[in-house]
Amino acid sequence: MFRRLSDRASGEITFTFDGRPITASAGDSVAAALLAAGVRACRTTPVSGAPRGPYCMMGVCFECLVRIDGMDNRQGCLVTVQEGMRVESQRGSRTLTPEPAQ
Amino acid sequence: MTKGRVSTERGIADLADEYDVIVVGAGPAGLSAATTLAGTNARTLLVDENRTPGGQIYRAITLAQPVDRQRLGEDYWRGRSIAEDFLRSEAEYAPATTAWSIQPLQGDAGQTIGHEVGLSSNGVARLIQARQVVLATGALERPFPIPGWTLPGVMTAGAAQIALKTSGLVPSGKVVIAGTGPLLYLLAAQLIEAGATVSAVLDTTPRENWLRAFRHARGFLVSPYLAKGLKLLQTVQRRTRVIRWVSALAAEGEGGLKEVVWGAGGREHRMAADLLLLHQGVVPNVNFSNSAGCAHEWDEAQLTFRPQVDEWSASSVAGLALAGDGTGIGGAEAAAIQGRIAGLGCASRLGLVAPAERDRLAVPLRTSLARAMRGRRFLDELYRPAKAFRVPQDPDTIVCRCEEISAGQIRASVSAGAGGPNQMKVFLRCGMGPCQGRLCGLTVTELIADERSKHPSEIGYYRLRFPIKPLRLHELAALPQTETAKVAVLADLADTHHPADLNERKPQ
Repeated sequence: MFRRLSDRASGEITFTFDGRPITASAGDSVAAALLAAGVRACRTTPVSGAPRGPYCMMGVCFECLVRIDGMDNRQGCLVTVQEGMRVESQRGSRTLTPEPAQ
Repeated sequence: MTKGRVSTERGIADLADEYDVIVVGAGPAGLSAATTLAGTNARTLLVDENRTPGGQIYRAITLAQPVDRQRLGEDYWRGRSIAEDFLRSEAEYAPATTAWSIQPLQGDAGQTIGHEVGLSSNGVARLIQARQVVLATGALERPFPIPGWTLPGVMTAGAAQIALKTSGLVPSGKVVIAGTGPLLYLLAAQLIEAGATVSAVLDTTPRENWLRAFRHARGFLVSPYLAKGLKLLQTVQRRTRVIRWVSALAAEGEGGLKEVVWGAGGREHRMAADLLLLHQGVVPNVNFSNSAGCAHEWDEAQLTFRPQVDEWSASSVAGLALAGDGTGIGGAEAAAIQGRIAGLGCASRLGLVAPAERDRLAVPLRTSLARAMRGRRFLDELYRPAKAFRVPQDPDTIVCRCEEISAGQIRASVSAGAGGPNQMKVFLRCGMGPCQGRLCGLTVTELIADERSKHPSEIGYYRLRFPIKPLRLHELAALPQTETAKVAVLADLADTHHPADLNERKPQ
């Protein structure tokens, strides 16, 4: 549904989405990288289980919520993709995970 | 702490405990306010959610290449000097940082002497004090509640523009753009220029708007919008199919968008689509100013609530100024000027600029502002979205995307006794999901007004509360346990039964 302009590709970053390796461009947000890889839906809703995908790309709609490196409820459009990042679809409501020690 | 950027390893831990001014938002208004304030030697901190300055209109402008100038146009490129002026200033800058609360600080006599602003970045929260605060939280796209707007494959036009600006992504496959407003044709032209194939532009601008707008044509004719608008229309009409007078719109598909269905000329039409981009104008992003308790009013021309500000952009809350599109839509050029005026107002309240000097410096700014606002009334009238696209008539259309509440459920709650948005929340949880009403607030106000045959100004808006963006428990727990910190966290719990909720009248 999206393709990248050749003059805008920068250094390659590899991350996984639901275990599938995806190549992104350095500086991409997680949501942009998923759109570029043809991923339309990245979560299901807590209420009806309906699939949802990135909608506003500016941090206001919370539709691109994903699990990143084991932590749920991350806004994919506000997180920059990193090498080796483990991104997973969020199924229903978030699960409580132990908070990292400060 | 180096000027211009927070060190990425330590994030907001490096910020000072207090500043003269905290500016929230790095769009044209926030950047200009911060640059102006730093120029008066105010100790200034600018916080912004994105990684680079520019807001949404100038998103990723400091990373843009000459090829982007060609693609996105001169209006976008103009943001470069605004961002560069800011980065050269003495203001400190906290990118990738979310501001989530603001709480007044009281002096011995009970007067407001400043504010404490809650910030969060990279999993760390801080409460930082400032004598003055400028909120420049900009705009967001007006909700566009049509059947199927929650399907994957349906996005806002602004979202596609952000993907283009930040990552050089252009839509591929069968792309349909639908709605109304200046950005609709701008985006279509930008996407076509970038090589996208747009199957159709479905224009929902009602025919009667042309008559209404004509009364305000004088300002428009002498504004730069005219030439720009004609050029965009020409580009789009030459390169794709423009379908006008669209009066109904829906997205269909199982698990994702497959078809766009629309009504025009009394007939139903269908078109296969992989991506539907929706847009019907932008409205002030009021979540912060509403939570801060600023007085708001209904703007009938722009069909939205906006905070009230004085001639120096000061809000009804002492020490809190608001600038840019967050106070009413005027566009990027006007926002930058408002930011400078707000900066002068703040600097004067801080005692850094004498009132006479402030007034003198503002004279040319006010002239430029009046010029930048020319033609706005015409655009407001021409691109006023039809009621059918603001107030869903089909009861099954989802209004609250987070809690999946339909228009029919909201209307039924009114019959069951919910007189306004805050009572309705208790019935349905509508507006209580993670987006905190950003994607449903205006629809809910207008739906309840419609159901009760009242004016939106009588219905009011959600009473919003801090934190305005979700925070992690460990961030809250790690905050210093001062009295003000406890108030910042607990005040809203005590505030749950705000008098405004109780004052809402039951339907007659």
